[in-house]
Amino acid sequence: MMTEIEFLSWVRGPGLQIATIIFVAGIVIRILEILLLGRKGNLAEAKGSEMSGGFRTILSRSVPTPSTFKRSTFTIVAGYIFHLGLFLVIFFYAPHILFFKDVIGLSWPSLPTPVIDATAVISIIALLAVIVHRFNNKVLRYLNNFEDMLVWFVTIAPLVTGYIAFHRIGMTGPTLLAIHILSVEILMVVFPFTKLMHAFTIFMSRWYNGAMSGYRGVES
Amino acid sequence: MSASLEKGINALKEQVDSSVASFFSSCVHCGMCADACLFYTETDDPERTPINKTEPLRRIWKSEYTLIGRIGKLFGLTKKVDDQLLTDWETLVYDSCTLCGRCSMVCPVGNDIAMMIRKTREGMAAAGHAPEGLIGATTRAVTIGSPMGVKLPALQAQIGHVEKDTGMKVPVDVEGAEYMLLLSSMEIMNFPEFIGAIAKIFDKAGVSWTISSEAFEATNSGIQIGVSDIAAELVQRVVDAAEKLKVKTVISPECGHAYFAIRWEGPNLIGKPFNFKVRHVLEVLDELRKDGRLKTTGMESQKLTYHDPCQIARRGGVIDEPRNLLNMISDNFVEMPDTGKMNWCCGAGGGVSSNERADEIRLKVFQRKKDQLDAIRPDAIVSACSNCRIHLEDGLEEYHMDIPLLSLTETLAEHLE
Repeated sequence: MMTEIEFLSWVRGPGLQIATIIFVAGIVIRILEILLLGRKGNLAEAKGSEMSGGFRTILSRSVPTPSTFKRSTFTIVAGYIFHLGLFLVIFFYAPHILFFKDVIGLSWPSLPTPVIDATAVISIIALLAVIVHRFNNKVLRYLNNFEDMLVWFVTIAPLVTGYIAFHRIGMTGPTLLAIHILSVEILMVVFPFTKLMHAFTIFMSRWYNGAMSGYRGVES
Repeated sequence: MSASLEKGINALKEQVDSSVASFFSSCVHCGMCADACLFYTETDDPERTPINKTEPLRRIWKSEYTLIGRIGKLFGLTKKVDDQLLTDWETLVYDSCTLCGRCSMVCPVGNDIAMMIRKTREGMAAAGHAPEGLIGATTRAVTIGSPMGVKLPALQAQIGHVEKDTGMKVPVDVEGAEYMLLLSSMEIMNFPEFIGAIAKIFDKAGVSWTISSEAFEATNSGIQIGVSDIAAELVQRVVDAAEKLKVKTVISPECGHAYFAIRWEGPNLIGKPFNFKVRHVLEVLDELRKDGRLKTTGMESQKLTYHDPCQIARRGGVIDEPRNLLNMISDNFVEMPDTGKMNWCCGAGGGVSSNERADEIRLKVFQRKKDQLDAIRPDAIVSACSNCRIHLEDGLEEYHMDIPLLSLTETLAEHLE
């Protein structure tokens, strides 16, 4: 049996290294296997620009039209909350920034800890609402598969373990922290091989969509 | 068309490019495409969720073009495409999708789902899982030259009637004309007034134009069924005729898919750029308006609305032109909720109207159009696609609504100065 400290140093050392290698290499492979497929050039006479259409859609697709908002309100609101919450918690919690400074040498101002704490709680609630909605909504229940469940689990786990570690609920500090880091490592390992990849490919997809529409003179 | 599962799988493999791979990689199963699709909103059937219709293509992408999928395949873990899947999916891919592309405008990660379904059809058709009605239409298009079986003598007879009614000459096979007009079979048989309207407008504007006796059919069943080889052959006929008559511009008529086929897919299907331009008739008319060559008189006082045909507006980029033209002749033009590039499909495009099996569902999903119309209660609906027009008339009758359908070109011709 590992001691608490051994467990913590493993997740901080070899564990993190393995997860980082799989995370980075996996993402590179996934992006290459998409881009290397290539795409035929368009021989039809253009009515608009691919470039401006592509870049416009990367931004504009973040804002649903009023009628789309009305039809998919829950998905949009809950989606926005947990994405924004994750972003703030991951990148603006002071100890996280210290970690990034260690790894990449850059640092930036943090948000006050109580704000992060509240954001984490709100994000957890949003993700719980998302899973309840997933089981209650006809379409989502139909689409739902193992990967969807796995991705949901590995996304909410770091939030929950981080919250528990911060508030020292249950076990002692080092074990809680180690569990939190381990949950992040699981997320990193799963990331490149699941729909979590949309964090990167969303920019490509929106670009392709906007470019193809823009070429035909339509803002998509 | 000899078909087999193997051919279908190969056809699907050929459809995967970087955009398709990116789209499948990005889907998060959020379900928003369902809320954007009239085949889901009006039936409540989750199988009809747009992204679900691409399942055969997704399986091929996953098992052939992703590392994890290829590893999974070694261990027999990857889901296969088999005849059972294609049989189960046939009604989703053909009967429950008009390729209207509304889902493609809503998907938050930016997937062009309509394009993915269009590509899925390539595999379905090659594997022998296309609907009877569409196979018939496509066969007629190849052998007779028209999906409805309209031959040259039928066109000549209609031209004769038009010339008698209008006193105008309809030019056929005139070499060196500026424009070559294509027609859909639907127009030739059901709305020959369209030809008369064009004759009048072009005569006033001093436009030189012609119809080719060798390639007058504008529609392209090859695209609707999803057989690129046939689609390319049909495009090539138009190209040959346009080159023979040395025209500068080919005009696509009031038909949605015809326009998308010749304007946006055409050069890519035959693998080379056209040496003439392709314009939708509304673009040509709007150009004439801008140049002061199209002058109208009088205003329609009845409340008019415009139904945007999906392939002309959302997929085709002709959105402002019909509005510019309508404003010339209407002082009571009202937009439906969700209009222009976000308009709801009539429910019968993309080959659905050629597929008798889909008759029931296309009328059921017309409820969406009814709701849109109920919101503004127009006196008449103007559109620019004879397929939309026929189906809208069908739907209005089914739902006991008495609203006349007008062709924009024909309405303009009635108001000529």
